[in-house]
Amino acid sequence: MCTVCGCGEGETTIEGHSHPHNHSHDHDHEHSHDHDHHHDYGQGAAHAHAPGMSQSRMVQIETDILGKNNEYAALNRRWFAEHHVLTLNLVSSPGSGKTTLLTRTIDDLKNELNLAVIEGDQQTANDAERIRETGVKALQINTGKGCHLDAHMIGHALETLKPEDKGVLFIENVGNLVCPAAFDLGEAHKVAILSVTEGEDKPLKYPDMFHAADIMLLNKIDLLPYLNFDVEKCIEYARHVNPGIKILQVSATTGEGMDLWYQWIKTTQQLTLIG
Amino acid sequence: MHEMSLCEGILQVLEDNAKSQQFKKVKTIWLEIGALSGVEIEAMKFCFDAVTRGTLAEQANLEIINKPGLAWCMKCSKNVEVTQRFDECPDCGSYQLQVVGGDEMKIKELEVE
Repeated sequence: MCTVCGCGEGETTIEGHSHPHNHSHDHDHEHSHDHDHHHDYGQGAAHAHAPGMSQSRMVQIETDILGKNNEYAALNRRWFAEHHVLTLNLVSSPGSGKTTLLTRTIDDLKNELNLAVIEGDQQTANDAERIRETGVKALQINTGKGCHLDAHMIGHALETLKPEDKGVLFIENVGNLVCPAAFDLGEAHKVAILSVTEGEDKPLKYPDMFHAADIMLLNKIDLLPYLNFDVEKCIEYARHVNPGIKILQVSATTGEGMDLWYQWIKTTQQLTLIG
Repeated sequence: MHEMSLCEGILQVLEDNAKSQQFKKVKTIWLEIGALSGVEIEAMKFCFDAVTRGTLAEQANLEIINKPGLAWCMKCSKNVEVTQRFDECPDCGSYQLQVVGGDEMKIKELEVE
């Protein structure tokens, strides 16, 4: 991340966002050109003291490695609270049906709620275009080489997207069950989506994500008759990792179980309005 | 997981502190890494070397302080040690565990000049 505003120096692009990153990225290190003589400063920190010579010393910093991200996440969270926006961070493996589930959710709820979507993918704006076809505002973030969205990208995306007050913002994270677990975006809840075409032991294989999520949607249940997927086992595994996780069984294709998911969104959104 | 971006985060903290605490070179970094933090130490060391090349932390030693995973067992009403998030209570076998420690990723201390 760059040292001035914390943004990735990599290849992150946010649709419609033209933040001119022309501040200097130099690392402030000094080049020494006298390699052929030796200073002996003694062993370890702060021994001999001679004027003009640099000395080792200890600095206690006690800083969280993700501290910077957490600061941005706190700013996002404050923005969401001030605007009474319920923000849900959707996480899953690639191919779990996240975008299909999201487009169906939007179609079914867009007349009742103000919706907006931030789409995260390594490349292409295909998903944001799919969402915009539903008539709802959507913004694509391409993370380039990055494997997750971070809170700073979301902060910039909010400037452009401007979700409506008292609405619901869905963030569709990069399809990845590992890295997005650690990066708080300022969301109210992480929603993990697991499809029955994956293994039932995914919650055990990727415990961090299922631990970080408050609700799990078990998707594609219309395919259960054709698969050897043990729903009870899957739920049991998810509860091992996260005893408090709420689990709903849904099919975004047939619509089965989607009512409970909508109820959950509406109830949670009401709580956001109360503050 | 994402050790590369963690290392970039570390480098940023070092650069920020280099200004405020006035140092030019980092020789050793002590990191506190919890057993449940999801950090792969070997990957971290590898990425750290790559990320710090040409910076104030080039060739710095990375020292890892491991912290055990701790969870509160609701049945036993006490803290127990766990190595994974899906572990059962080593005493009673219950899965009603709330992780209370061991997910830290912290920069504790630096040796600088």
